[in-house]
Amino acid sequence: MNKNGISRRAFLKGGAAVACAAATATIPLTVKALDQEPLATLHDLRKCVGCGECVTACRDMNQRFFPEPVRPFPKMYPKRVKAEDWSEKRDVTDRLTPYNWLTIQQADVKTAEGDLTVYIPRRCMHCVNPPCVKLCPWGAAHQEKNGISVINPDLCLGGAKCQAVCPWDIPQRQTGVGLYLDILPAFAGNGVMYKCNRCYENVAKGENPACIDMCPENVQSIGPRKEMVARAYEIAKEIGGYVYGDKENGGTNTLYVSPVPFEMLNDAIRKGKGLPDLAAKKDVMADGNAMTAALFLAPVAGVVSALSKIALTARRAGLGKEEKKTANPGEVNHES
Amino acid sequence: MNPKTQTMVQRTVFFMLLLSGFAQMPIFKRYYIADIPGFGWLADFAVTHVMHYGFAIVFSFSVFDRLTRSVLEQRQGGEKPWLGDGAYAVLVGGILVSGVLLVARNFIGYRFSPGFITLLDIVHLGLVMVFLVFLSGRVIARRIRSWKR
Repeated sequence: MNKNGISRRAFLKGGAAVACAAATATIPLTVKALDQEPLATLHDLRKCVGCGECVTACRDMNQRFFPEPVRPFPKMYPKRVKAEDWSEKRDVTDRLTPYNWLTIQQADVKTAEGDLTVYIPRRCMHCVNPPCVKLCPWGAAHQEKNGISVINPDLCLGGAKCQAVCPWDIPQRQTGVGLYLDILPAFAGNGVMYKCNRCYENVAKGENPACIDMCPENVQSIGPRKEMVARAYEIAKEIGGYVYGDKENGGTNTLYVSPVPFEMLNDAIRKGKGLPDLAAKKDVMADGNAMTAALFLAPVAGVVSALSKIALTARRAGLGKEEKKTANPGEVNHES
Repeated sequence: MNPKTQTMVQRTVFFMLLLSGFAQMPIFKRYYIADIPGFGWLADFAVTHVMHYGFAIVFSFSVFDRLTRSVLEQRQGGEKPWLGDGAYAVLVGGILVSGVLLVARNFIGYRFSPGFITLLDIVHLGLVMVFLVFLSGRVIARRIRSWKR
C-alpha cells in the first residue's frame, strides 16, 4: 500500500504508541514537591543600630568555609579573564566579598519628622525560586527543603553566572580555589562563588543562623514564610511602613520592614559591586516558566498535527478514488 | 510543509537550540564571541534562556510530528522510520527527557536532590556533545563514501 493508503487500524495503533511516548516524555519522573514551608527571616529596620554584631557573628561562624587560594593563580586565557582575589583583603566588611557574606548599608533620609538614619543588613535574599540555583549550568547550587540556597564550593567552577542572574548580584568570587584547578584552569572557570548560606547546617539542627542569635537588638526573626510575611505586613500597617522582599524576584525568604519607602532608602544607600540595591525586581524565572505549558504540550501537539495531516491525506486519497469512480463508472476496480 | 523544508527548518531550529544551549554556560563573553556585532545577546542569560525554551518548543513539536508520520508510514511497509536508528533515537530522546526534567526543576516548589541536578546537567550537555560527534561522524562517512565513488 502507498503512503496515502494507511489503514484506520495502523493509524490508530501507531498514533497511540507515539502519543504515549510523547506523554511519557513530558512527565517529570522524580520531581518532588517542596515538602516544607520555607523559612523566612524578617528584618525590622526600626531596630537596627548598625552595630555590626551580625557581621562579626557571620564571619566567625563561616570561617571554616572561607577560601584558602592556591598561589600563584593559574594563568587564564583569554587575557580579559581577570583573577578576583580577596584573600589579602579579608577584613573588608563594608561590602560583600568571599570573606564577608553580610554587610550593613546605611541610608540617611529626610522624613516629615526630621532626619533619620536607617541601617540595612544585606546578604543573600534566599529567593523562593532562586535563579542562582535554577540556572547554574553545573548544578553547583541547590535549595534546601527549608528554602535556603547553598553553593557547593566543591562543585562550583566560578563562572559567576549565579552573580549575573541574581537580581542583587550577591555571590562573590575568589580565584585560585575549587574544582576548576583540577580541570582546565587556563580555559574554564575562575574559582568559587561565595554567599550567605544562612547557616543551613545550624538551621537543619533547629538552631538559628548566627546573625539572628548574636543580634543585641533582636532585629531579625525567623519562621515559616507565611507567618513572617503576615507579621511584616502587620508591622507595616502599625507603623505606616513598607515591606521589601515579599514580591521582589517573585518572592524571597528575606523580608524587610521599614518606616520609610524603599525607593527612598534605595536612593540613599551606597550601591555598586558587592553592595546590593533595594530596587523593585522582576521575577527572573517568570518568562521561561510562562512558556512551560507550551513546552510540555509541544510533543502532544506534534503527534496531533501528524495524525491530522495523515487523516487529511487519507481522506483526500479516498475522495480522489470516489471522483475517479464517478468519472469512469464502467471501470473495473482491480484493487478489490 | 514538505519533508525537505521541514528538514531545513529542523536543522535551523536545532542549530539555534545548540547555540542558546551553549550560551547557558558563561563562555561566549569570555571568548569574545558576544563581542562580535550582532552577537551581544549571547551573553545575556535572560535572553538565551527564553530563546532556548522557544526553540525547544518548536523542536519537540517538529520531532514528534515527523516521528509520528514516519512510524505510521513504516507500518504500512515504508522505509525505516525517522530516528529508526537506535542510537539516534536514544540520543534525541535522552536530550528531550533531560531537558523536560530541567524545565520542571525551574518551577517554584519543585526540587531535585543536588546530585540529581548535577547529573541532569551533565547528561543533558553530554548527550548533546555525543549527538554532535555522532552527526559529524555521519556527515564525514557520507563524504568519504561519495569521494570513493
